[in-house]
Amino acid sequence: MSEPSPGLETLNYSLPGQRPAGAFAPVLVGVVGSGNLEVLLEPAAGMQCDIRIETSARGFGAIWEAVVRDFHRRHPLAGVRVSVNDMGATPAVVSLRLEQAVSELAP
Amino acid sequence: MTLNIAVSYAECSARERLALIVDRGSFHEWLPPAERVTSPHLAQLGVPCAFDDGVAIGRATLSSRPIFIAAQEGEFMGGGVGEVHGAKLVGLLRRALRDRPDAVLLLAESGGVRLHEANAGLIAVSEVMRALLDVRAAGIPVIVLIGGSNGCFGGMGIVARCADRVVMSDVGRLAMSGPEVIEASHGVDEFDARDRALVWRTTGGKHRWLSGDCDVLVEDDVAAFRAAAIDALDASAPVTLKRLEDEHALLAARLRLLPDAVDGDEAVALWARLGVADAARVPDMDVDAVRALRVV
Repeated sequence: MSEPSPGLETLNYSLPGQRPAGAFAPVLVGVVGSGNLEVLLEPAAGMQCDIRIETSARGFGAIWEAVVRDFHRRHPLAGVRVSVNDMGATPAVVSLRLEQAVSELAP
Repeated sequence: MTLNIAVSYAECSARERLALIVDRGSFHEWLPPAERVTSPHLAQLGVPCAFDDGVAIGRATLSSRPIFIAAQEGEFMGGGVGEVHGAKLVGLLRRALRDRPDAVLLLAESGGVRLHEANAGLIAVSEVMRALLDVRAAGIPVIVLIGGSNGCFGGMGIVARCADRVVMSDVGRLAMSGPEVIEASHGVDEFDARDRALVWRTTGGKHRWLSGDCDVLVEDDVAAFRAAAIDALDASAPVTLKRLEDEHALLAARLRLLPDAVDGDEAVALWARLGVADAARVPDMDVDAVRALRVV
């Protein structure tokens, strides 16, 4: 196996949404600290839910995808851009932060 | 019936503190996270950026009066001041000179310069000091609140002492070199950074209160910090020759109190020689009791 190259890993997902989020003020939850992450939700045009992740933990793409798909199953948001800055959070922490962000969207 | 349960200032994030210190819903942020004004340096080092570069700045009202406010996030890079982080603080202070709010609040939590950004961070901190002193000279009080678990160290420790007023909780810490830095440079015999009681005796809020380095000592309670900030709104103290001479006299007197090595704990010895009654019991006392002991 080759050495992982230094630097961040960027992951992008675009999932078809079903529940339009409408207009809302951007939501930020969490902090980029050790084992933690921040999640920014912003409104976007279209019916997609676009998710962009920047993480210092390289090589965990399959786990990120599982966490993202699980999140999207619970909250099939449409017209939303989700941006994540991650410093090695565990999948459970990532799920909780995503859940927290959605809970702060105006009902 | 309303339950009034104290909210720990130390355990809040920077944004939680912001929301609770100012009048409810009054904070308007400049360069918010969605603007993505982030560090140009961290990605090259494989470190993720934060959308706000670890500091939130903006305007708000406090007790219905207009203020500017900044809050550093200690969990991101230890609150370290990088290029963008520092530029946001400088921009806030310079805008205060133009718009003249009633005060500028700085919710400081920082290990000082963000070493990843080296020279850019050092320059940023010096620019923050210059901008802060300009605001102070203009008669707009700069009020620094210190109570985060990462303390206020390095360049930000100097910035804090440039301000008109410093408010600390007993769990807050304020110093130049942090405990690990002293141990690394002078050895564990000089300073054992793992000795938490020693760290708080020499940098904590009680010590800063008793030695005259902070102006207000409060409990680790967001409401207490808010009340102290409101009290400080008219506490402008421009730097004058007399104020500088008084400060020098205070420091010279402190130096004379401990001329040689002392037996036992140096912090306790200093408090005793300052005239603090029952100095040995200070670490075990609650904030109210310690507040009554100050003699400087």
